[in-house]
Amino acid sequence: MTTKPLKLKELAKGEERFMHGHRMCAGCGAPIIVKQVLMATDYPIIASNATGCLEVSTCIQQYTAWKIPWIHSAFENAAATISGVEAMYKSLVKQGKIEDKQVKFIAFGGDGGTYDIGFQSLSGAMERGHDMMYICYDNGAYMNTGIQRSSATPFGANTTTCPAGDVIPGKPQQRKDLSRIMAAHGIPYVAQASPAHWMDLMKKVQKAFEIKGPKFMNIISPCNRGWRTRTDDAIMLSKLAVDTCYWPLYEIENGVTKITVKPKEKKPLADFLKPQGRFKHMFAPGNEWMLKQAQEYVDAQWERLLREDASGKDEAGEKV
Amino acid sequence: MSKKFWETLPQGSVVLEAGSSAKFKTGAWRSMRPKWTEENCIQCMFCWIYCPDMAVKVTAEGKRENFDYDYCKGCGICALECPGKKGKKAIVMEEEGK
Repeated sequence: MTTKPLKLKELAKGEERFMHGHRMCAGCGAPIIVKQVLMATDYPIIASNATGCLEVSTCIQQYTAWKIPWIHSAFENAAATISGVEAMYKSLVKQGKIEDKQVKFIAFGGDGGTYDIGFQSLSGAMERGHDMMYICYDNGAYMNTGIQRSSATPFGANTTTCPAGDVIPGKPQQRKDLSRIMAAHGIPYVAQASPAHWMDLMKKVQKAFEIKGPKFMNIISPCNRGWRTRTDDAIMLSKLAVDTCYWPLYEIENGVTKITVKPKEKKPLADFLKPQGRFKHMFAPGNEWMLKQAQEYVDAQWERLLREDASGKDEAGEKV
Repeated sequence: MSKKFWETLPQGSVVLEAGSSAKFKTGAWRSMRPKWTEENCIQCMFCWIYCPDMAVKVTAEGKRENFDYDYCKGCGICALECPGKKGKKAIVMEEEGK
Protein backbone atom coordinates (compact mmCIF):
# COMPACT_ATOMS: atom_id res chain seq x y z
CA MET A 1 0.00 0.00 0.00
CA THR A 2 1.32 3.43 -0.86
CA THR A 3 1.47 5.98 1.91
CA LYS A 4 -0.98 8.77 1.35
CA PRO A 5 0.20 12.36 0.83
CA LEU A 6 0.09 14.52 3.92
CA LYS A 7 -1.63 17.63 2.67
CA LEU A 8 -4.37 19.06 4.85
CA LYS A 9 -6.63 19.86 1.89
CA GLU A 10 -6.36 16.28 0.64
CA LEU A 11 -6.73 14.75 4.08
CA ALA A 12 -9.85 16.83 4.74
CA LYS A 13 -11.61 15.10 1.84
CA GLY A 14 -11.16 11.72 3.49
CA GLU A 15 -13.53 9.97 5.81
CA GLU A 16 -13.15 10.49 9.55
CA ARG A 17 -12.59 7.32 11.54
CA PHE A 18 -13.03 9.05 14.87
CA MET A 19 -16.39 10.76 15.21
CA HIS A 20 -17.71 13.87 16.88
CA GLY A 21 -20.12 13.48 19.75
CA HIS A 22 -17.51 11.92 22.05
CA ARG A 23 -17.47 13.32 25.58
CA MET A 24 -13.88 14.35 26.12
CA CYS A 25 -13.57 17.78 27.79
CA ALA A 26 -13.56 20.89 25.61
CA GLY A 27 -10.02 21.55 24.42
CA CYS A 28 -8.63 18.09 25.25
CA GLY A 29 -5.48 16.97 23.44
CA ALA A 30 -6.28 13.26 23.22
CA PRO A 31 -9.02 13.34 20.52
CA ILE A 32 -6.73 15.51 18.36
CA ILE A 33 -4.05 12.83 18.64
CA VAL A 34 -6.42 9.95 17.88
CA LYS A 35 -7.88 11.67 14.85
CA GLN A 36 -4.43 12.49 13.47
CA VAL A 37 -3.20 8.93 14.02
CA LEU A 38 -6.21 7.34 12.32
CA MET A 39 -6.11 9.88 9.50
CA ALA A 40 -2.47 9.21 8.66
CA THR A 41 -3.20 5.88 7.03
CA ASP A 42 -5.74 4.03 4.90
CA TYR A 43 -4.92 0.63 6.35
CA PRO A 44 -7.76 -1.08 8.19
CA ILE A 45 -7.11 -0.61 11.91
CA ILE A 46 -8.17 -2.51 15.00
CA ALA A 47 -7.61 -0.77 18.32
CA SER A 48 -7.66 -1.65 21.96
CA ASN A 49 -7.86 0.92 24.68
CA ALA A 50 -6.59 1.03 28.24
CA THR A 51 -8.98 2.45 30.81
CA GLY A 52 -8.64 6.20 30.93
CA CYS A 53 -10.23 9.44 29.79
CA LEU A 54 -10.14 8.36 26.16
CA GLU A 55 -11.80 5.05 26.86
CA VAL A 56 -14.56 6.23 29.19
CA SER A 57 -15.59 9.20 27.12
CA THR A 58 -15.47 7.71 23.64
CA CYS A 59 -17.48 4.61 24.38
CA ILE A 60 -20.49 5.10 26.58
CA GLN A 61 -23.16 2.40 26.28
CA GLN A 62 -24.84 2.60 22.85
CA TYR A 63 -22.57 5.44 21.76
CA THR A 64 -19.14 4.91 20.29
CA ALA A 65 -16.98 7.53 18.63
CA TRP A 66 -14.91 4.85 16.88
CA LYS A 67 -15.54 3.79 13.32
CA ILE A 68 -12.98 1.01 13.61
CA PRO A 69 -13.23 -2.26 15.57
CA TRP A 70 -12.33 -1.29 19.11
CA ILE A 71 -12.04 -3.21 22.34
CA HIS A 72 -11.60 -2.33 25.97
CA SER A 73 -11.24 -4.93 28.67
CA ALA A 74 -9.35 -3.56 31.67
CA PHE A 75 -6.92 -0.90 32.81
CA GLU A 76 -3.72 -2.88 32.79
CA ASN A 77 -3.99 -5.00 29.68
CA ALA A 78 -4.46 -2.86 26.55
CA ALA A 79 -1.20 -4.24 25.12
CA ALA A 80 -2.01 -7.84 26.10
CA THR A 81 -5.50 -7.53 24.60
CA ILE A 82 -4.30 -6.24 21.25
CA SER A 83 -1.49 -8.79 21.10
CA GLY A 84 -4.14 -11.49 21.53
CA VAL A 85 -6.21 -9.96 18.76
CA GLU A 86 -3.15 -9.78 16.53
CA ALA A 87 -2.17 -13.41 17.23
CA MET A 88 -5.73 -14.59 16.50
CA TYR A 89 -5.82 -12.63 13.26
CA LYS A 90 -2.54 -14.15 12.13
CA SER A 91 -3.76 -17.61 13.02
CA LEU A 92 -7.06 -17.21 11.13
CA VAL A 93 -5.22 -15.96 8.07
CA LYS A 94 -2.84 -18.92 8.25
CA GLN A 95 -5.76 -21.32 8.55
CA GLY A 96 -7.30 -19.71 5.48
CA LYS A 97 -10.45 -18.77 7.35
CA ILE A 98 -10.13 -15.07 6.58
CA GLU A 99 -8.44 -13.10 3.86
CA ASP A 100 -5.37 -11.04 4.81
CA LYS A 101 -6.39 -7.41 4.45
CA GLN A 102 -3.17 -6.04 5.97
CA VAL A 103 -4.92 -5.03 9.14
CA LYS A 104 -2.87 -2.91 11.54
CA PHE A 105 -3.19 -3.11 15.31
CA ILE A 106 -3.00 -0.21 17.74
CA ALA A 107 -3.32 -0.01 21.49
CA PHE A 108 -4.14 3.41 22.92
CA GLY A 109 -3.40 4.21 26.52
CA GLY A 110 -3.01 7.23 28.73
CA ASP A 111 0.11 7.71 30.80
CA GLY A 112 -1.45 5.99 33.82
CA GLY A 113 -2.40 2.95 31.75
CA THR A 114 1.01 2.91 30.06
CA TYR A 115 3.72 4.13 32.44
CA ASP A 116 2.26 2.53 35.56
CA ILE A 117 -0.68 0.15 35.47
CA GLY A 118 -0.27 -1.28 31.97
CA PHE A 119 3.51 -1.29 32.01
CA GLN A 120 3.95 -5.00 32.61
CA SER A 121 1.61 -6.08 29.80
CA LEU A 122 3.16 -3.46 27.49
CA SER A 123 6.67 -4.70 28.23
CA GLY A 124 5.54 -8.28 27.65
CA ALA A 125 3.89 -7.50 24.32
CA MET A 126 7.01 -5.65 23.13
CA GLU A 127 9.23 -8.54 24.17
CA ARG A 128 7.05 -11.11 22.40
CA GLY A 129 7.42 -9.09 19.21
CA HIS A 130 3.80 -8.76 18.15
CA ASP A 131 3.16 -6.77 15.00
CA MET A 132 1.42 -3.92 16.77
CA MET A 133 1.77 -0.30 17.71
CA TYR A 134 1.28 1.12 21.19
CA ILE A 135 0.34 4.78 21.38
CA CYS A 136 0.53 6.54 24.69
CA TYR A 137 -1.12 9.95 25.00
CA ASP A 138 0.79 11.44 27.88
CA ASN A 139 -1.04 14.10 29.85
CA GLY A 140 1.13 13.59 32.88
CA ALA A 141 -1.30 12.38 35.58
CA TYR A 142 -4.42 10.31 36.21
CA MET A 143 -6.71 13.05 34.88
CA ASN A 144 -9.77 10.81 34.55
CA THR A 145 -10.06 10.19 38.28
CA GLY A 146 -9.11 13.68 39.42
CA ILE A 147 -5.46 14.50 38.77
CA GLN A 148 -3.48 11.99 40.82
CA ARG A 149 0.27 11.82 40.19
CA SER A 150 1.61 9.16 37.85
CA SER A 151 5.18 8.29 36.99
CA ALA A 152 4.77 10.54 33.94
CA THR A 153 4.03 13.60 36.07
CA PRO A 154 6.87 16.08 35.69
CA PHE A 155 8.98 17.34 38.60
CA GLY A 156 7.29 20.00 40.69
CA ALA A 157 3.76 19.54 39.34
CA ASN A 158 0.94 20.09 41.80
CA THR A 159 -1.49 17.16 41.78
CA THR A 160 -4.05 15.96 44.30
CA THR A 161 -1.72 13.21 45.57
CA CYS A 162 1.42 15.36 45.63
CA PRO A 163 -0.05 18.75 46.50
CA ALA A 164 2.33 21.69 46.67
CA GLY A 165 2.36 23.05 50.21
CA ASP A 166 4.48 23.27 53.33
CA VAL A 167 5.51 19.62 53.32
CA ILE A 168 6.41 18.97 49.67
CA PRO A 169 6.77 21.43 46.77
CA GLY A 170 4.67 19.40 44.31
CA LYS A 171 5.98 16.15 42.87
CA PRO A 172 9.47 15.60 44.32
CA GLN A 173 10.63 13.14 41.64
CA GLN A 174 11.48 13.55 37.97
CA ARG A 175 9.30 11.82 35.42
CA LYS A 176 10.05 8.37 34.10
CA ASP A 177 11.44 8.40 30.57
CA LEU A 178 9.26 5.71 29.09
CA SER A 179 10.27 6.28 25.46
CA ARG A 180 13.82 5.30 26.36
CA ILE A 181 12.66 2.33 28.40
CA MET A 182 10.76 1.13 25.35
CA ALA A 183 13.81 1.67 23.15
CA ALA A 184 15.77 -0.46 25.61
CA HIS A 185 13.45 -3.36 24.71
CA GLY A 186 15.27 -3.38 21.38
CA ILE A 187 12.07 -2.91 19.38
CA PRO A 188 12.35 -1.63 15.80
CA TYR A 189 10.63 1.72 16.27
CA VAL A 190 10.13 4.19 19.10
CA ALA A 191 9.08 7.81 18.61
CA GLN A 192 7.92 10.88 20.48
CA ALA A 193 5.44 13.20 18.82
CA SER A 194 3.24 16.21 19.48
CA PRO A 195 -0.21 17.02 18.03
CA ALA A 196 0.94 20.57 17.23
CA HIS A 197 3.44 19.11 14.75
CA TRP A 198 0.77 17.16 12.90
CA MET A 199 2.92 16.47 9.85
CA ASP A 200 5.73 15.00 11.96
CA LEU A 201 3.21 12.92 13.94
CA MET A 202 1.53 11.51 10.85
CA LYS A 203 4.84 10.77 9.12
CA LYS A 204 5.90 8.76 12.16
CA VAL A 205 2.62 6.84 12.16
CA GLN A 206 3.00 6.07 8.45
CA LYS A 207 6.59 4.98 8.93
CA ALA A 208 5.67 2.80 11.90
CA PHE A 209 2.94 1.00 9.95
CA GLU A 210 5.43 -0.04 7.28
CA ILE A 211 7.65 -1.66 9.92
CA LYS A 212 6.93 -5.19 11.04
CA GLY A 213 7.12 -5.83 14.76
CA PRO A 214 6.29 -3.90 17.91
CA LYS A 215 6.28 -0.11 17.74
CA PHE A 216 5.85 2.46 20.46
CA MET A 217 4.84 6.11 20.19
CA ASN A 218 4.66 8.57 23.06
CA ILE A 219 2.58 11.66 22.30
CA ILE A 220 2.18 14.69 24.55
CA SER A 221 -1.46 15.47 25.26
CA PRO A 222 -2.27 18.73 27.05
CA CYS A 223 -5.07 18.52 29.61
CA ASN A 224 -6.54 21.86 30.58
CA ARG A 225 -8.25 20.44 33.68
CA GLY A 226 -5.15 18.84 35.12
CA TRP A 227 -2.58 21.32 33.88
CA ARG A 228 -4.74 24.18 35.11
CA THR A 229 -4.69 26.09 31.86
CA ARG A 230 -7.18 27.68 29.52
CA THR A 231 -9.30 25.51 27.22
CA ASP A 232 -7.84 26.99 24.04
CA ASP A 233 -4.14 26.40 24.52
CA ALA A 234 -3.63 22.65 23.97
CA ILE A 235 -1.85 23.18 20.67
CA MET A 236 0.09 26.23 21.88
CA LEU A 237 1.36 24.25 24.89
CA SER A 238 2.33 21.18 22.90
CA LYS A 239 4.26 23.51 20.60
CA LEU A 240 5.96 25.14 23.60
CA ALA A 241 6.83 21.71 25.01
CA VAL A 242 8.77 21.02 21.82
CA ASP A 243 10.36 24.49 21.62
CA THR A 244 11.59 24.30 25.22
CA CYS A 245 12.92 20.76 24.62
CA TYR A 246 10.73 19.47 27.45
CA TRP A 247 9.20 17.12 24.86
CA PRO A 248 11.79 16.59 22.11
CA LEU A 249 10.49 15.09 18.88
CA TYR A 250 12.71 12.17 17.97
CA GLU A 251 12.59 8.63 16.76
CA ILE A 252 14.76 5.61 17.49
CA GLU A 253 14.71 3.25 14.54
CA ASN A 254 16.61 0.00 15.06
CA GLY A 255 18.74 1.64 17.72
CA VAL A 256 19.58 4.73 15.66
CA THR A 257 18.40 7.98 17.23
CA LYS A 258 17.25 10.85 15.07
CA ILE A 259 15.81 14.18 16.18
CA THR A 260 13.01 14.92 13.72
CA VAL A 261 12.20 18.50 14.72
CA LYS A 262 14.90 20.72 16.15
CA PRO A 263 13.53 23.96 17.60
CA LYS A 264 14.97 27.01 15.82
CA GLU A 265 15.68 28.60 19.16
CA LYS A 266 15.61 26.65 22.42
CA LYS A 267 13.28 28.53 24.73
CA PRO A 268 13.65 28.54 28.52
CA LEU A 269 11.58 25.86 30.23
CA ALA A 270 9.74 28.56 32.22
CA ASP A 271 7.91 29.53 29.00
CA PHE A 272 6.24 26.12 29.06
CA LEU A 273 5.66 26.02 32.83
CA LYS A 274 4.38 29.57 33.31
CA PRO A 275 0.96 29.23 31.61
CA GLN A 276 0.18 26.13 33.69
CA GLY A 277 -1.44 26.51 37.10
CA ARG A 278 0.06 23.21 38.29
CA PHE A 279 3.51 24.89 38.31
CA LYS A 280 2.36 28.19 39.85
CA HIS A 281 4.22 27.62 43.12
CA MET A 282 7.49 27.20 41.22
CA PHE A 283 7.39 30.90 40.39
CA ALA A 284 6.87 31.95 44.02
CA PRO A 285 9.79 33.62 45.83
CA GLY A 286 12.02 31.04 47.51
CA ASN A 287 11.30 28.34 44.92
CA GLU A 288 13.84 29.46 42.32
CA TRP A 289 15.76 26.24 42.94
CA MET A 290 12.86 24.26 41.54
CA LEU A 291 12.90 26.06 38.22
CA LYS A 292 16.67 25.66 38.11
CA GLN A 293 16.49 21.94 38.84
CA ALA A 294 13.74 21.37 36.25
CA GLN A 295 15.72 23.31 33.65
CA GLU A 296 18.93 21.41 34.39
CA TYR A 297 17.14 18.09 33.94
CA VAL A 298 15.67 19.14 30.60
CA ASP A 299 19.05 20.51 29.46
CA ALA A 300 20.86 17.30 30.38
CA GLN A 301 18.29 15.17 28.54
CA TRP A 302 18.48 17.41 25.47
CA GLU A 303 22.30 17.38 25.44
CA ARG A 304 22.26 13.61 25.59
CA LEU A 305 19.77 13.45 22.75
CA LEU A 306 21.90 15.80 20.64
CA ARG A 307 24.95 13.61 21.24
CA GLU A 308 23.00 10.50 20.28
CA ASP A 309 21.61 12.22 17.21
CA ALA A 310 25.15 13.18 16.15
CA SER A 311 26.68 9.76 16.79
CA GLY A 312 23.62 7.72 15.87
CA LYS A 313 24.28 5.69 18.99
CA ASP A 314 22.09 4.99 22.00
CA GLU A 315 23.80 5.94 25.26
CA ALA A 316 21.70 3.51 27.27
CA GLY A 317 23.22 2.88 30.65
CA GLU A 318 25.72 5.70 30.36
CA LYS A 319 25.49 8.47 32.88
CA VAL A 320 23.82 11.63 31.60
CA MET B 1 -31.65 7.16 20.41
CA SER B 2 -34.46 5.49 22.31
CA LYS B 3 -33.86 4.26 25.82
CA LYS B 4 -33.05 0.56 26.02
CA PHE B 5 -33.34 -1.76 28.96
CA TRP B 6 -31.18 -4.69 29.87
CA GLU B 7 -33.32 -7.26 28.03
CA THR B 8 -32.91 -5.43 24.72
CA LEU B 9 -29.26 -4.37 25.01
CA PRO B 10 -26.68 -6.43 23.12
CA GLN B 11 -24.81 -8.85 25.34
CA GLY B 12 -21.32 -8.14 26.58
CA SER B 13 -21.64 -4.35 26.27
CA VAL B 14 -21.09 -4.54 22.54
CA VAL B 15 -21.93 -1.45 20.51
CA LEU B 16 -23.16 -2.62 17.13
CA GLU B 17 -23.28 0.71 15.33
CA ALA B 18 -19.92 2.29 14.46
CA GLY B 19 -19.61 6.02 15.05
CA SER B 20 -22.95 6.23 16.85
CA SER B 21 -21.66 9.02 19.08
CA ALA B 22 -22.70 11.36 16.27
CA LYS B 23 -26.22 10.97 17.65
CA PHE B 24 -25.09 12.57 20.88
CA LYS B 25 -24.84 16.32 20.40
CA THR B 26 -22.30 18.10 22.54
CA GLY B 27 -22.98 21.63 21.28
CA ALA B 28 -24.91 22.52 24.42
CA TRP B 29 -21.67 22.36 26.44
CA ARG B 30 -20.49 25.56 24.80
CA SER B 31 -20.27 28.88 26.62
CA MET B 32 -18.09 30.58 24.00
CA ARG B 33 -18.94 30.43 20.32
CA PRO B 34 -16.43 30.56 17.46
CA LYS B 35 -17.40 32.93 14.67
CA TRP B 36 -15.97 32.32 11.21
CA THR B 37 -15.49 35.16 8.72
CA GLU B 38 -14.97 33.76 5.24
CA GLU B 39 -13.21 36.90 3.85
CA ASN B 40 -10.36 36.49 6.34
CA CYS B 41 -10.02 32.74 5.82
CA ILE B 42 -6.97 31.52 3.86
CA GLN B 43 -8.20 27.89 3.88
CA CYS B 44 -5.12 26.70 5.78
CA MET B 45 -7.26 24.03 7.50
CA PHE B 46 -5.41 24.40 10.81
CA CYS B 47 -8.77 24.72 12.59
CA TRP B 48 -9.82 21.46 11.01
CA ILE B 49 -6.72 19.45 11.92
CA TYR B 50 -6.59 20.84 15.48
CA CYS B 51 -10.31 20.61 16.34
CA PRO B 52 -10.77 18.02 19.11
CA ASP B 53 -14.46 17.65 18.28
CA MET B 54 -14.41 17.25 14.50
CA ALA B 55 -16.72 20.27 14.39
CA VAL B 56 -15.32 21.99 11.29
CA LYS B 57 -17.34 21.12 8.21
CA VAL B 58 -15.49 20.46 4.97
CA THR B 59 -17.01 20.12 1.49
CA ALA B 60 -16.31 17.16 -0.78
CA GLU B 61 -13.75 19.37 -2.59
CA GLY B 62 -11.85 19.88 0.65
CA LYS B 63 -13.01 23.46 1.21
CA ARG B 64 -13.69 24.71 4.68
CA GLU B 65 -17.29 25.51 5.55
CA ASN B 66 -18.83 26.93 8.70
CA PHE B 67 -18.67 25.24 12.09
CA ASP B 68 -20.85 22.33 13.06
CA TYR B 69 -22.42 23.93 16.13
CA ASP B 70 -24.13 20.66 17.05
CA TYR B 71 -20.77 19.34 18.24
CA CYS B 72 -18.49 22.35 18.87
CA LYS B 73 -17.73 22.57 22.60
CA GLY B 74 -16.32 26.08 22.27
CA CYS B 75 -12.79 25.35 23.48
CA GLY B 76 -11.29 28.08 21.29
CA ILE B 77 -8.26 26.18 19.95
CA CYS B 78 -9.28 27.10 16.38
CA ALA B 79 -9.44 30.82 17.21
CA LEU B 80 -6.02 30.75 18.91
CA GLU B 81 -4.35 28.84 16.07
CA CYS B 82 -6.06 30.75 13.22
CA PRO B 83 -3.39 32.68 11.27
CA GLY B 84 -6.01 34.87 9.52
CA LYS B 85 -5.36 37.21 6.65
CA LYS B 86 -3.44 40.51 6.93
CA GLY B 87 -3.56 40.46 10.71
CA LYS B 88 -7.29 39.80 10.80
CA LYS B 89 -8.33 36.47 12.28
CA ALA B 90 -10.94 34.43 10.45
CA ILE B 91 -12.11 32.88 13.71
CA VAL B 92 -12.95 34.85 16.86
CA MET B 93 -14.64 33.68 20.04
CA GLU B 94 -17.86 35.32 21.14
CA GLU B 95 -19.93 34.78 24.20
CA GLU B 96 -22.73 32.31 23.53
CA GLY B 97 -26.26 33.72 23.40
CA LYS B 98 -25.26 37.31 22.68
